[in-house]
Amino acid sequence: MTFTHDVVIVGAGGAGLMAALYAREGGADVAVVSKLHPLRSHTGAAQGGIGAALGNEEEDHWLWHAFDTVKGSDYLGDQDAIETMCKDAPRTIIELEHYGVPFSRNQEGLISQRRFGGHTRNFGEAPVRRACHAADRTGHTILHTLYDQCTRKEVKFYDEFQVLDLVRDEDGAVVGCVAYEILTGEVHTFHAKIVCFATGGYGRAFKTTSNAHAGTGDGMAIALRAGLPLEDMEFVQFHPTGLYRLGILITEGARGEGGILRNNDGERFMERYAPTVKDLAPRDMVSQCIYKEIREGRGINGKDYVHLDMTHVGRDVLEHKLPEITEFSRVYLGVDPIKTPIPIAPTAHYAMGGIPTNVDGQVVGGPDRETDVVPGFYAIGECACVSVHGANRLGTNSLLDLVVFGRRAGIAMADEVRASARTRRALPENAERRTRDLLETILARTEGEKAVAVRNDLQETMMTNVSVFRNDETLSTALEDLKALRRRAANVVVGDKGKKFNTDLMDAVEIGFMVDYAEAITAGAANRKESRGAHLREDFADRDDENWLKHTLFYATDGDYRFDYKDVVLGRFEPKERKY
Amino acid sequence: MNLTVKIQRFNPETDDAPHWETYQVEADPMDRALDLLNHIKWHVDGSLTFRKSCAHGICGSDAMQINGENKLACSVLVQDLVGEQGGTITFAPLPASPVIKDLTIDQTGFFEKYRAVKPWLMNTTPPPEKERHQTPEQHAVIEDATKCIMCGACTHSCPSTWADPDYLGPAAMLKAFRYTFDSRDHGTEDRLEVVDSKDGLWKCYTIFNCVEACPKGIDITRWLSALKRKAVTARY
Repeated sequence: MTFTHDVVIVGAGGAGLMAALYAREGGADVAVVSKLHPLRSHTGAAQGGIGAALGNEEEDHWLWHAFDTVKGSDYLGDQDAIETMCKDAPRTIIELEHYGVPFSRNQEGLISQRRFGGHTRNFGEAPVRRACHAADRTGHTILHTLYDQCTRKEVKFYDEFQVLDLVRDEDGAVVGCVAYEILTGEVHTFHAKIVCFATGGYGRAFKTTSNAHAGTGDGMAIALRAGLPLEDMEFVQFHPTGLYRLGILITEGARGEGGILRNNDGERFMERYAPTVKDLAPRDMVSQCIYKEIREGRGINGKDYVHLDMTHVGRDVLEHKLPEITEFSRVYLGVDPIKTPIPIAPTAHYAMGGIPTNVDGQVVGGPDRETDVVPGFYAIGECACVSVHGANRLGTNSLLDLVVFGRRAGIAMADEVRASARTRRALPENAERRTRDLLETILARTEGEKAVAVRNDLQETMMTNVSVFRNDETLSTALEDLKALRRRAANVVVGDKGKKFNTDLMDAVEIGFMVDYAEAITAGAANRKESRGAHLREDFADRDDENWLKHTLFYATDGDYRFDYKDVVLGRFEPKERKY
Repeated sequence: MNLTVKIQRFNPETDDAPHWETYQVEADPMDRALDLLNHIKWHVDGSLTFRKSCAHGICGSDAMQINGENKLACSVLVQDLVGEQGGTITFAPLPASPVIKDLTIDQTGFFEKYRAVKPWLMNTTPPPEKERHQTPEQHAVIEDATKCIMCGACTHSCPSTWADPDYLGPAAMLKAFRYTFDSRDHGTEDRLEVVDSKDGLWKCYTIFNCVEACPKGIDITRWLSALKRKAVTARY
């Protein structure tokens, strides 16, 4: 079937839902297409908070927030976009509160704010309470509240439809997308004036990740296959505190409430690396420091983890401000944080890079932000790269990114639909051909490898070779491995040959996506011969602004790839050495 | 340890009725029940179908019957289900909703009931410049209810649901409580209109299965009782 709408939003997390509300408000006929029921989206797993200079606990200014974000990005973030986001942050949080988000409250009845990594007052003087939160389930409450608002506004949803391809016409304009209806196994085309990807991150390419199983970077891979570039893919955030071996997220908010990282000597090692902000240094730094401690033999009992010590913060704080993570530690590790430090290690967490866009969410298909705009295509949230996070994202800035740019894109898309006097662009012939071929080929295969085998090896090589510490050797190894993995992914056989609810088939498609974006990450890392933010090269240990203060654009064509570059939008904050 | 895993299978394309299949799985006491399902799907039978995503108890995808009780497969460990020597673990779909395939149910009815209670904040005053005030004490009234991940374990554990497909159920009515008792809300009348009905609050017989089943530990029956008191004092 063909479904016709003005705006088709793919993904129903915080960004997608916000865009839907605003596009609808602006009069567009909107449809939200998601491979999961919206309430299962990964926004719901976000814990610690959403950043805004509300100043409810102490003095704060959006400009301080902007500075922290620019510096946190290791000066790769586009400063115009960052200022836009930080300036809009207070208004955005108030809007969320008016929608009904049940933020935690302080004694004055205002939204409670807490400290978070990299957020400071007065341009780096000391940590500042900027993270607005609902206990440690901030993402969950935002997701549910936005979905409640979509319910109120009767937004149209296509639940459990997995988008597998983008449709472009001969002029390169995006005119729709192709989706697999999981319930029935039918392939459908969505004919749209505008398609907006809000498909989230890609953490499942790594063995230890905080990401849900659904985090397979579908939107990014699809954009690549449609001939579009991905920006800054080499910048992968490893969150410092994932539960040891499991990767389950323990919010940075734990350190915001006083939690301390300790090595085998019981030492608060972050004091050495970041004398001013200590455990509240930005995530790239903390993860690198943890790895250093482990490498130098100071992991707990010589093993590959350290301790997050919450034993001094008090039962009250743990059970009221950090109840979810207290439960995770107890359930999954059998460790009661009130009594015992929690074993933690860095976990693959967030994609700083993604589909390149401008500040209104329009996709930019080349180095020129004006002339390279792709008609009919928007991207928002984690799958997009505006870029507000540059080489490293500060905590609480992702939830903020979702709602600020989700709203901006929603408004822009509705404006575009209203302003466009032309008739709807036609779908090309056989828009579904590539998707049907892909699915039929997989289903017809009687011999081959199971998806899990390919996926396990992919996750292993990425975790070993493309994680926190990288060098030419590890990256070359990974690139070689990926070549073989690409061949193997194209030979996956499925056990389920049925039509109804065939998740085995979707697993087989997803491993293909994973190889695509893993290559973008790895090749980008091999290409960028400097260290910046989360991208640490042991063989190029310094930041090199002269040659590398620029965004990477990665294009994939017929089994090969190439790079182009885009300038960074500088601004009032001059790149300096990054010390905390 | 070696486990016997029994799963209620149903393939709508080939089966007339559900049937049990048995598997032998090597497992660790700290493995999640979900890990057993993943192992079987990925290594033994790719057609085993179940919803999953976050794997740590926040998305609500994998609510199902495990050893006869509604739980989230990712929030219960093998050691919670069997002793040190091992044993048998059974998996079945949540009861009382149509089964699509294996452990995957049709949630259409569940979400219709959620929509029926007008689950959004209603405030008739113009929005102020800043956040609306709410004291920590006011917040504490609804905080427990805000933990709900809409997994369906509660509604599908309730005998009133099993007996009456029109019963609104604990999850939907907990949502009604969450908004009605939010100090910023003015929608009491609108929601009581819906829940003050024979298929609403008055079919809650305070059985407490929902409280047992809730993976987030929400005191559901207590909050529904508060909503009942509100209905009585407001409307009778």
